[in-house]
Amino acid sequence: MFDLKKHIKATCLDDAIALLIENPNARLIAGGTDVLIKLRHGKKGYSELIDINGLEELRFIKQDKQNNILIGSGTVFSDIIQSDIIKKHIPMLSDAAQSVGGPQIRNVATIGGNICNGVTSADSASSLFSLNAVLVVKTQGAIREIPISDFYLGPGKVDLKKGEILTTIIIRPDDYMGSFGYYYKYAMRNAMDIATIGCAVCLKVKHHILADFRIAYGVAGPVPIRCLKTEKSVTNKKITLKLLDDISRFVAHDVSPRTSWRATKEFRMNIICELSKRATKKALNRAGEGL
Amino acid sequence: MAVGKSVNRMDAVAKVTGRAEYTQDLYKPDMLVARYFRSTIAHGKVTLINVEKAKNLKGVEAVFTYEDVPENKFATAGHPFSLDPGHKDVEDRLLLSQDIRFMGDEIAIVVAHDEIIANKALKLIHVSYKEYKPLTFPEDILKKDARQIHKGSSNIVGEHEYAFGDDIKEAFKKADVVVQGKFKTAMVQHCHLENHISYAYMDDLDRIVIVSSTQIPHIVRRLVSEALNMPLNRIRILKPFVGGGFGNKQDMVLEPMVAFLTLKLDGRPVQINLSREECMLGTRNRHPFFIDVKTGIKKDGTIVARQMDAISITGAYASHGHAIISAGGSKQSSLYPHVATQFHARTLYANIPVAGAMRAYGSPQILYAVECATEDAARKIGMDSVEFRLKNIARQGDMNLLSGKRILSCGLTECLVKGKKFINWDSKVKEYKKYKTGPVRRGLGVACFSYASGTYPVCVEVAGVRIVLNQDGTVHVMVGATEIGQGSDTVVAQMVAQTLCLPYEHVMVVQAQDTDVSPFDTGAYASRQAYVVSNAVFKAASDLKDKILGHAGLMTQRQRKDLDIHNAKIIDVYTNENVMDMKTLAVDSFYHKERGGQLTSEISHKTTTNAPVFGCTFVDIEVDIPLCKIKINQIINVHDSGVILNPVQAGGQVHGGVFMGMGAALLEEMMIDTKTGRVYNNNLLDYKFPTFVDLPQIHHDFVETKEPTSGYGNKSLGEPPVITPPPAIRNAVLDATGVCINALPLSPHHLFTSFKKGGILDSKGDADV
Repeated sequence: MFDLKKHIKATCLDDAIALLIENPNARLIAGGTDVLIKLRHGKKGYSELIDINGLEELRFIKQDKQNNILIGSGTVFSDIIQSDIIKKHIPMLSDAAQSVGGPQIRNVATIGGNICNGVTSADSASSLFSLNAVLVVKTQGAIREIPISDFYLGPGKVDLKKGEILTTIIIRPDDYMGSFGYYYKYAMRNAMDIATIGCAVCLKVKHHILADFRIAYGVAGPVPIRCLKTEKSVTNKKITLKLLDDISRFVAHDVSPRTSWRATKEFRMNIICELSKRATKKALNRAGEGL
Repeated sequence: MAVGKSVNRMDAVAKVTGRAEYTQDLYKPDMLVARYFRSTIAHGKVTLINVEKAKNLKGVEAVFTYEDVPENKFATAGHPFSLDPGHKDVEDRLLLSQDIRFMGDEIAIVVAHDEIIANKALKLIHVSYKEYKPLTFPEDILKKDARQIHKGSSNIVGEHEYAFGDDIKEAFKKADVVVQGKFKTAMVQHCHLENHISYAYMDDLDRIVIVSSTQIPHIVRRLVSEALNMPLNRIRILKPFVGGGFGNKQDMVLEPMVAFLTLKLDGRPVQINLSREECMLGTRNRHPFFIDVKTGIKKDGTIVARQMDAISITGAYASHGHAIISAGGSKQSSLYPHVATQFHARTLYANIPVAGAMRAYGSPQILYAVECATEDAARKIGMDSVEFRLKNIARQGDMNLLSGKRILSCGLTECLVKGKKFINWDSKVKEYKKYKTGPVRRGLGVACFSYASGTYPVCVEVAGVRIVLNQDGTVHVMVGATEIGQGSDTVVAQMVAQTLCLPYEHVMVVQAQDTDVSPFDTGAYASRQAYVVSNAVFKAASDLKDKILGHAGLMTQRQRKDLDIHNAKIIDVYTNENVMDMKTLAVDSFYHKERGGQLTSEISHKTTTNAPVFGCTFVDIEVDIPLCKIKINQIINVHDSGVILNPVQAGGQVHGGVFMGMGAALLEEMMIDTKTGRVYNNNLLDYKFPTFVDLPQIHHDFVETKEPTSGYGNKSLGEPPVITPPPAIRNAVLDATGVCINALPLSPHHLFTSFKKGGILDSKGDADV
C-alpha cells in the first residue's frame, strides 16, 4: 500500500508543466521504478505525484536533419534496446539499457527518469556522459539546453528548477558518428542489480591512433564523472597494449570512489582501473582495431 | 506403476493459473493488520515507552507493548515434543520484549485498520533505551565478564562432544601428515518467495483459528497453546498453499502473536504480513559457524583421524539452538565412517538476528569445512581429489559408528564415478594445467556429502495417513505430511496409486491442512516426509486394498485371495478376468442396504529407521582474477536418494538446491555491522541472491539404490542438493588459483582481499579478457 495523497495524470507535456507549477509539492512520476520505491519506504516529498507515464510526446527516438539523435525523456529502456537507430549508431547505449534491472523494469523505466533521479549508479548516465549528451529542459514559455555533465549537482540532485521537465536528450553527430563505444557494468549480479562501477568508453580511431577518447564512470564519485585528464593524456597516441595499461593507471587520478558497506574504496579502484582497459578494448574491437 | 514416473504435480494447474490460494488470498473483509515496533539498537533495555499518540491516531484499534503480554517464556523451534525433559527446546522468548537482543527486536505492536495507518502509528511511538555494547564475535561473547544476553545463560545455548572410531590421540599418531584449517560460514537467508504471513480469528467465543504459511501445522498448534497457556483443543491451525519455507517456517514466528491479538480484540481477525525487509531481519537465518578442523592422513591416502571444534552463532534467541550444530555434526559418520573422529561444538547467543532451521540444518556448514579439509589433505599428499575420496568414503554395509547402524544402501562411489565422467575430470585436469597463470584461470572441484532421511532417533518420526474410497471408485488421501511447494502431495499420490493399482489421476491428495481434521504428522522438515510417510502410506493403502477386495469378495462370493486390483479394475488373479470396475464396487459399498460401508483406512506409523543418503558435486570454473569473479562453466550434482519417485520433480529439487548452494558459495551473506549489530542488506537488492542469468545450466544425475527400510525404496532428497556446491566451488578456486579461501561467500569483495593477500591480483598474461 502506498501512502499517496494526490495523483494527477497529465494529459500532455504542457499540462504536466502547468500541474507542476500549480502543485509546488508535487513530483513527477514516469515509470515509477524509483519513485514508488521511495514512496514505499515512506520517504517524504513523494506523496503528491504528477503522472507523465505513457505521454507519447516524450517517447521517441529519432534523427533530425542535422543528424542529431533525439531521445524523448519518456522513452523506456526496452524502446532503446529495440531501436534500429540506437543499434546502428550508438550500440553502447543499447548495452547500458540492457544492463538496467530486469525485463519488467526495462519495460517501464524511462531514460529521463534514470537521469533525473540523480544517482551516480544510473546505467544510462555514464554512457550519456561519454557521448557528450545535451539535455533539453522545458518550462512554461522557456526551453534551455544543458550539457549532461553540468546537469548533476550532487547525489540525488540535478539542475531542474520548479516547473521544469526534461524532455529530450540530444546526441550530436560529432559525438557518435565515427565513434565506437562500450558500456561495461560491473555489479555483483548480471541482472536486478545496481552498478558497483559503471564504465563507458567512446572513442575514434584513425590509422591505429586514438583520435578521440572519452571515458566516463558511474559510482566512481558522488555523481557520474568524465576522466578528462586521462582523455587528454591518451588522445592522439598509438594504440598499443601499453596504452591500455596507461589508461588504467591514469584513470585512478581522475576518480574519487569511496568506501561504503557495499564496497571498499580499494576494491572499487581495482575495478575502475581494470574496467578502463576492458571497456576500451571492447570499444576498439567495435572499431575494428585488434590488439 | 505410478512410482518412478514423472507425473504432473497435483497442484501444477492451480499454481500456474494463479488459482492456488495462499494465506494472503484468504483475506477477510474486516481484517485488522498488525505491525511490529522494532528496536533500533542491538543490545539494551527499554527504559521508557510512550504509545499514547499512536493509540490516539484515527484508525488504530490497539497498541500493545512488552508490558501487556504474558510473562510466559516459550520456545519457538518446530520440533516434536520430547518426553525427555533434558531434550526440551530453550524457552527464552516472550511475545514482546523489554530486553533488546538484536536490532529489530519486537518491543510493541500496533493494530490498525490498514497498513498505512499502522505505519504512521509506529512513527508516533517514543522509546528510550539503556544501551549495552553489542556482542557479535565469539571472543567477546565468551569473555568471562561478557553481559549475559539472556540472564543466567552464560551466552552458551548448548555444548556437546562425541567421538567414534579409534582413540583420537592414537589415531593421529598413525598419521604421516596432519593438515589444519580454520573455516567460517556466512549468515544466509532462505528467501522463500512467500514472506511470513499469518492471521487469526475466533469463530466462537472459545476457539482460535490461525491461518498461517507454515511447514508444521500440528507443531505450531502445540507451541501456540504453550505460548498462550491455552488448551490445545482450543487452537486450530489451517495451512493453505505455502510459497516455500526452506526451514524458516519450521518455527513458530507470527502465530502466537496473531492468536494473542485476536484474543485481546474479541476474536476480530488480525493479520501480520511481514515485508521482505522484516522477514529477512526478524524471522530466522542460517547459523554462521566457525570451525577448526585437523585431519590426519597416511601417505597412501587413508584419512586416519579428524578432530573438529565448531562454534555456531544462534543470534538473539535460541530458536532451534544447539540442535542445528548437533545435527550438522552427525552426518560425517556416514560419509567417512572409517575415520577416527572427535567432534566438539558450542552454540552461542549473540546480538545479531535469530538463526533457525534452514535447508540441510547445519550440514552445509559442517560439511563445507569437512570437504574443504578433505581437499587440503588430498593436495597435501599429492593425490587426486576424486581418488582420495573414493579411498575413504562409505560403502554399502559399512557401520555408522555414531548411530551404531549399518548402512543398508549406499551409491556414493557410483555417484563420484558418474560425476567424474560427466565433468570429464581426467582430461580437464591435464588441459587446465595450462590455465594456472595469467588473469583468467581454470579449475575443477569436487565435494561429497551424506545426509539423513529424518530425525530419528533424536526425535519421534510419526506419519499419519487416511485414505477414503469415493463413490466413483477414486480415492481421497489426507496426510499430515505438509506440502509447502516441494511436491510431497504428488509423491504421496504416486505411492497410493502404486499400491492400490489405480491410475495416478484417480488419487487426490487434500492439499490444505486443518489440525481439526488432518491426520497427525510433525510436518515438512529434515527431508523426512517422503521417507517417513512411505511406510504409513504403504500400510494404509495395503489395508484399504484388502478392504476393497474383501468387499469385492462379498459381492461376488469369491475369496479375497482370488482377487486383485489392476488398473482400477477388480480382476481374478487366476484367469485375469475383469470382475468389475472400481466404481461398481464403490457404489455397492456405499449404497447397498446391508453390506459394506465407506471403505477407509487410517494409519499412524512411527518410523524407527533413518536411511543415510549420499551424493556429490563436480564443478568446472573460471576465475577472472582482476575482476574478482568466478564463472561456473559446468556443475553437476549426483545423488543417491534410493528409488526416485518422480524424476522430473526430483530433478527440480536438485536444481533448486544447487542454485541455492551456488548463491551461498558465490554471493549471499547477511552483512552485519559488528560494532552496532545493524544489518545492512535485509532486502533483495543488497542481499545478492543470484538471478537466472548469473548461473549456468545445472546438471543432475541419480544413482538409484533401493532402500530396504522405506515403503517404496526411496530416501531423502529435499535438502541435500544445497550442501556440496560451496565446498566444491571453493576447492575449484583453490585448484585454479592456488589460493586457499576458507570463508564463505566467495564474493568479489572477499576474493579481492584474498587475491591481494595471495599476491595474484596483478597477474598479467595474454588470456583474452
